[in-house]
Amino acid sequence: MSTQTTANETFNDSHVLDPAATTVSQESISKEITDIHAAYRQSVVDGKKAETQPRIDFAPYRSSLLRHPTKNLHHADPETIELHSPAFGERDVHALESDLTIQHNGEPIGERIVVTGRVLDGDGRPVAGQLVEIWQANAAGRYIHKRDQHPAPIDPNFTGVGRAITGPNGEYSFTTIKPAPYPWKNHHNAWRPAHIHFSLFGTDFTQRMITQMYFPGDPLFPLDPIYQAITDKDARDRLVATYDHSITSHEWATGYNWDIVLTGSNRTWMEDEEGDH
Amino acid sequence: MAQSPNTQAPALKLAATPGQTIGPFYGYALPFEKDNELVNQAHPASVRLHGVVTDGAGTVIPDALLEIWQADEHGNIVSKDGSLVRDGYTFTGWGRTAVDNVGHYTFTTLNPGATEAGKAPFIMLTVFARGLLNRLFTRIYLPEDTAALASDPLLSSLDDAQRKTLIATREEDGSLRFDISLQGEDETVFLSYPRES
Repeated sequence: MSTQTTANETFNDSHVLDPAATTVSQESISKEITDIHAAYRQSVVDGKKAETQPRIDFAPYRSSLLRHPTKNLHHADPETIELHSPAFGERDVHALESDLTIQHNGEPIGERIVVTGRVLDGDGRPVAGQLVEIWQANAAGRYIHKRDQHPAPIDPNFTGVGRAITGPNGEYSFTTIKPAPYPWKNHHNAWRPAHIHFSLFGTDFTQRMITQMYFPGDPLFPLDPIYQAITDKDARDRLVATYDHSITSHEWATGYNWDIVLTGSNRTWMEDEEGDH
Repeated sequence: MAQSPNTQAPALKLAATPGQTIGPFYGYALPFEKDNELVNQAHPASVRLHGVVTDGAGTVIPDALLEIWQADEHGNIVSKDGSLVRDGYTFTGWGRTAVDNVGHYTFTTLNPGATEAGKAPFIMLTVFARGLLNRLFTRIYLPEDTAALASDPLLSSLDDAQRKTLIATREEDGSLRFDISLQGEDETVFLSYPRES
């Protein structure tokens, strides 16, 4: 990959509207994605383990080229501080912060939605009392961020930021506005599928993660190198929320359900191991 | 602490949700007031932890976000809330900061103590960035206790060049310097844990 491409896509010129600033075509990016996925599926047929996480080295996502470690992650036995997690509580997060539609004086524009689900760990246990942070674009696909200069309107009644603490069963719920897709500078005519960013802690700090929730049926999925960096279809599907009419409320909001699974707790595993012997 | 061999970790029932990049637009969501001040600068034991984040071309990354998580100066792991609304008195052990326009970060914190006698004290670091499809974990070891560093199991499993990337430098003013390279010759050693899927 030429360094020129990389220089062109720093956010310093992310506001440049000239589409010629990014010359690689969608067809070319899609071909790269298709080839990587085909090689992955063949490797599974050949007996390799399914990949459940995104590849950090995924060339169709151009920004990953110089930002992925080239050496394998070094395996560590978690110790002391890694087996714990910071504490968050009502002192940190007000109950109203989970409603992104009431943060200003008026109603934000767009489709009001409720997104709800549970945070579980890899053993199926609810992760209670933990901080969930979300951020997103508004109904026009614009973030409130000085580096986002996409020419779509800012909604004065929507910042697109929410926080919640999970309940006793790991449950969370946000009331917000459905975000829109937006263009970015990865390649010519690149558009991100609509998504909400989620930040999660866990009971071990080793469970810390940031991810994105997507909406079902988005036609931009096959075109998006960030979403497609997850080479395994089952794993990709885990990032898509389910429309749930039982969450939808009459004349008020449509409803989506999305459960999040963190990795297993190393701390609990060690305690269990001791208990087993 | 009794260490079980990792190979005995029981299989997880559920596959973990895949990570995704933090993207460049975390804007008002993640930064918060005094997010990088685990203690006030006026605290007599306060220490500056700082450095730069660079990519494979050695270019600074201006849209990374870092988090640290550490024991206090006596090696106690605290579990007190109040990180998001710092009161200026409570040490919660956790901090977050966005790097600046030239890829530089600063935390104001304490030197962590050893959590057990003879252990090498470290600060846990998490790296998020645009272009980075999943978070990266690493450790920042303090340079002073060379005996503890020599016997640390993680450091002992690394060659000299790799080991150097995990040990902070103590600068003349007492601050800790720790640079992070996502890629390249001086690439920081990043960690994985037994129960990651």
